[in-house]
Amino acid sequence: MQKMETEQGGCFFRMRNIVKRYPLGDEYVTILKGISLDIDEGEFLSVLGPSGSGKSTLMNIIGCLDLPTEGEYILRNNVVLDLSEKALSHIRSREIGFIFQNSQLLQRMDAMKNVELPLIYAGVRPKERHRRAEEMLCKVGLEDRMHHMPNQLSGGQQQRVAIARALVTHPSLLLADEPTGALDQTTGRQIMDLFHELNGEGHTIIMITHDVNIARNARRVVNIIDGVMTEAEGEVTFA
Amino acid sequence: MNAFASFMGMVYMFIESCAMAIENIMQNRLRSFLTILGIMIGVTAVISLITTISGVSNSISSSFTSMGAGSLTLTATGSDLKEGLDDDDFTRILALEHVRGLTPNVSVSCTVTSGKTSETSITATGTNAYYFSVHENSLKSGRKINSIDTENMARVCLINKDLVESFFYGVSPIGQTLYLNRLQFTVIGIFESDSSVASLLSGSAKILMPYSTALKMNNASLVNNLTIYMDSANASDEVEEELGTLLDEIFSYEDDTYTITTMDSIEETMNTMMSMMSALLGGIASIALVVGGIGIMNMMLTSVTERTVEIGLKKAIGAEPGQIQIQFLIESFLLSMIGGLCGVALGIGLSALMCHLMGTNFVISYGAILLGVGFSAAVGIIFGWSPARKASKLSPIDALRRM
Repeated sequence: MQKMETEQGGCFFRMRNIVKRYPLGDEYVTILKGISLDIDEGEFLSVLGPSGSGKSTLMNIIGCLDLPTEGEYILRNNVVLDLSEKALSHIRSREIGFIFQNSQLLQRMDAMKNVELPLIYAGVRPKERHRRAEEMLCKVGLEDRMHHMPNQLSGGQQQRVAIARALVTHPSLLLADEPTGALDQTTGRQIMDLFHELNGEGHTIIMITHDVNIARNARRVVNIIDGVMTEAEGEVTFA
Repeated sequence: MNAFASFMGMVYMFIESCAMAIENIMQNRLRSFLTILGIMIGVTAVISLITTISGVSNSISSSFTSMGAGSLTLTATGSDLKEGLDDDDFTRILALEHVRGLTPNVSVSCTVTSGKTSETSITATGTNAYYFSVHENSLKSGRKINSIDTENMARVCLINKDLVESFFYGVSPIGQTLYLNRLQFTVIGIFESDSSVASLLSGSAKILMPYSTALKMNNASLVNNLTIYMDSANASDEVEEELGTLLDEIFSYEDDTYTITTMDSIEETMNTMMSMMSALLGGIASIALVVGGIGIMNMMLTSVTERTVEIGLKKAIGAEPGQIQIQFLIESFLLSMIGGLCGVALGIGLSALMCHLMGTNFVISYGAILLGVGFSAAVGIIFGWSPARKASKLSPIDALRRM
């Protein structure tokens, strides 16, 4: 494996020529066709692309849920391709907070317990868990909804719970896949405000979306079309 | 300190996994109940069979010690020169230290006839007067066999109640005539057959007669089977040894001329038989346990499929494969243990009832409880292993794609 360059202040991850192929019947389809991307600490990046462009696959690879077929991916000094499944789950547990499209809360647990869940797997003691979950729920403005079950919460509130869950481990990177996809415009706006606030506090955020208006919230936007990535210059457009 | 912290982390995770497992079990109440029922039936079967058998075997042992202590059985096939024991040998045996008395046992298979009634294959035993000193309460009416009868090979006999009913219904049999293998006998008394467990092994006689008479009926002059009574139950080893020396001398030191059976060794054989039986029945019952295990496996596999998204999500937020696996294992272990503990309780109750009905002493067998609990724990882990492994191997993206 190629030796890593000395870490410049704040380089969070580096991708070089990432290729991802999936078997489809007897053939392979190439979803990602050589993607290179560098992210610094504290960035707010949007990955903009239509459905089927490979942006979810890219997110899975960034989030260490999936491994690239080819290429180099170095995340905080870890050569991701070399890591065991256990080490990958460690990275997911400590470095990355996921926010999925339709919040994906466990329906049988209340908001508090859902937020605590990542801490359980990280081995945090119960008292500390409660304290941190409470802190995060307050941060996303749900101090009066802590013990509500997911089905007693609105879509926006559910997404806030999901954000609190993503934040509770103090991850270096927030990875959001269509975070406003299932929300109305006003609620989506509020979630974006929360993202700005978090970014202002120093959280690195990568947001994947097909919506140009949502993508514009980010300080940097990249386009991905048919598995190829281009940096959007100036005015963000999307055909 | 770091190692300690990570250890505590595992403990918290474990506690939390138990809580989640209980929650999942409660979530699917009916399904969990049916699965638990499967294990419960298996454990109940194992426990109640083993406990009941051990109750029976305990009461057999205690009946052995109460009536069999202080006697031993001698079977002397004899040498070519001397094919059994005669009165002189009896005298020599009686002269041994600790020997209180002896009774010869000479079996004769008889056809019993009186008037028009006839029964075949009835066992008569030739014995001596000493029999009645040992079996003090066996004489119901009439008189005992005495030494004059044995000396004279008198054709006298005692019969038991069965024969009284078949041959002398409504008539007093004492003094009546009975034909045994066409020889005329006089009934001198009624005795009660020995109903103890030990006598069941040797087969209980319906007719008693002087042993000399019995020998004559068999065209024999020597006795091959004796019961020897000792003055102390603890003298058994000593007497066995003395007797051995004496018999070696009588049978000119030839091999395989006699066997001495103490009640201890009969009891031992009995115990071996009982434990074999309990192992056999326990083995059959444990098939039910395996079926219960398959039930657990089935439920866990369904559960894994149903919770694919949940598993994927948990992995995405940092759960290690091992943590997922532990969680499912705990669930199947708990299911199985709940079934096992209920089964132990039910099994003990059932065997207490069975022991009560059979009139034997009920003894809780801790071994059986341990076996039941251990067995169900093992079933939970063994049959839960593969579904848990399947869950831990689920790829998070495949799982999340379904959302």
